[in-house]
Amino acid sequence: MSLLEVSNLCKTYPGKRRVMALDDVSITLKRGETLGLVGPSGSGKSTLARAIMRLVEPDTGSIRFEDGDWLALRGRALRQARARLQMVFQDPLGTFNPRASVGGAIGDALRIHNIGARHDRADRVAVLLERVGLSADHARRPITQISGGQRQRVAIARALATAPALIVLDEAVSALDVTVRAHILDLLVNLQQQEGIAYLFVSHDLAVVRAVSHRTAIMEAGRIVETGPIQNVIAAPASATGRALVAAVPRLITNPPAKEPAP
Amino acid sequence: MNFVARFIRSPEGIAGLVLLSLLAAAALLAPVFFPGDPLAIEGRPLLRPFEHPGLPLGTDRLGRDVMAELFHGARASMIVGISAAAVAILVGALVGTLAGFGGGLIDEALMRVVEAFQIVPGFLLALAFVSVVGPSLTVVVIAIALGSWTGPARLARAEVLSIRERDFVAAARVIGMHPLEIAVKEVLPLALPPVMALTSVIVAGAVLTEAALSFLGLGDPNIVTWGSMIAEGRNVLRSAAYLSIVPGLGLVALVLGVYLFGEGLVEALARREGQG
Ligand SMILES: Nc1ncnc2c1ncn2[C@@H]1O[C@H](COP(=O)(O)OP(=O)(O)O)[C@@H](O)[C@H]1O
Ligand SMILES: [Mg+2]
Repeated sequence: MSLLEVSNLCKTYPGKRRVMALDDVSITLKRGETLGLVGPSGSGKSTLARAIMRLVEPDTGSIRFEDGDWLALRGRALRQARARLQMVFQDPLGTFNPRASVGGAIGDALRIHNIGARHDRADRVAVLLERVGLSADHARRPITQISGGQRQRVAIARALATAPALIVLDEAVSALDVTVRAHILDLLVNLQQQEGIAYLFVSHDLAVVRAVSHRTAIMEAGRIVETGPIQNVIAAPASATGRALVAAVPRLITNPPAKEPAP
Repeated sequence: MNFVARFIRSPEGIAGLVLLSLLAAAALLAPVFFPGDPLAIEGRPLLRPFEHPGLPLGTDRLGRDVMAELFHGARASMIVGISAAAVAILVGALVGTLAGFGGGLIDEALMRVVEAFQIVPGFLLALAFVSVVGPSLTVVVIAIALGSWTGPARLARAEVLSIRERDFVAAARVIGMHPLEIAVKEVLPLALPPVMALTSVIVAGAVLTEAALSFLGLGDPNIVTWGSMIAEGRNVLRSAAYLSIVPGLGLVALVLGVYLFGEGLVEALARREGQG
């Protein structure tokens, strides 16, 4: 009983240089689990993330999400179903309309999915802000006038707003500096323990993936070359890409592993 | 430094603002200074300027007060110029946004329409439209807008094509926002500023097109416009050149004012971007 089942996904971007960004990719994710997707830049991680988000249409393959045919959804049905599958992007500034306010960005998600009555949306926004470690009066601030780390918290609050079962995080902490990164990773782990949300955690950095993931999938040139429990992969990488990624982070073995997902 | 302060620092902007304010005041105060019909006969025909104290700019062939006509004409020119430009920019920006954001067939279809309009010279289009539908202020406004919405449409489309690749548009799709709402509420407002920079050129063009239409007798016959004044003066160009020169100067002042004002705006906008 998987939450997400991606099977044999292929995607070639049209154009002169026909790169096969996804070459027969299959992954699965259980409820409340974090799958770390690691690979060098250009290996197709973002394409996979965007295909799962229905931002890029794959050429072939299938995706099942919460026991439904995710790729068959269209128009209104897809827009409504999106409540259950959310995404946090890499660039904390670019992910918001530069004219938006913090409260407006989160409120949009509530309004679109008709969550709560109109007059108590402001309260819901305040609750969401507090859950991600911000204060209620951040709601009025323009998105351009808070720090990068705060913006990424707002992005997480926006993703949480619709009570998703899965959040795809594409390099969500890569643009943040080290201390801010640690706080955001902490926040993500705590939210997962409280809400049982599953994460597809995409990063080029095995050390970051290590801190939050239960299992990992290693990607190279559009293919998944290795999957397994994160400790096993780090202890004994089977693929050349896996060995290179492990070698790039010397003190990896000493980091504590992520806790098991709640049953 | 805020926008107004930056605008005030640009000499073009100030000059344009002063010119436009004077003309706007003339247009707004026309009914106060010159109540009644500016087309009514006020004195002996063809009085020269400064000949008669009550009629400082003299009278035309029919004895109408040129000063009153000039003030009321400012009104017509400004109304037509601004409305036509507003319609052109609004329609153009909307069409361009839908084309750029919709992509595929929608884009193809809309851009073919834009090209069709672009092939025909704007003035001919206006001429044909007014001849068919008949002259009235609204028709003249639409006629002029018909020939000037394609520029804003192309520019808005180009802007939208780059904006739609940005992450916040993907983020809006991810939260389930309707594509139409994304286009109009998320993308359009950001595509608009560069399109607005076309305003001054379009207003200036619209004022001149309106004058040309009136000159050819295709303006609203119940309204004095500078174009119709020049047309009227043409009949006595050698004996009473002032009848054409006075409204001509009005036109020059208005077009120049709009242009300078626009330059000031663009410069103030550019300075903000320069400061990051
Ligand atoms: N929109 C696109 N059009 C064409 N090629 C693309 C596009 N996006 C990504 N690619 C190509 O697909 C491959 C995978 O890219 P991406 O999924 O972004 O990898 P990653 O996120 O692992 O860095 C790269 O070779 C990249 O150049
Ligand atoms: Mg990427």
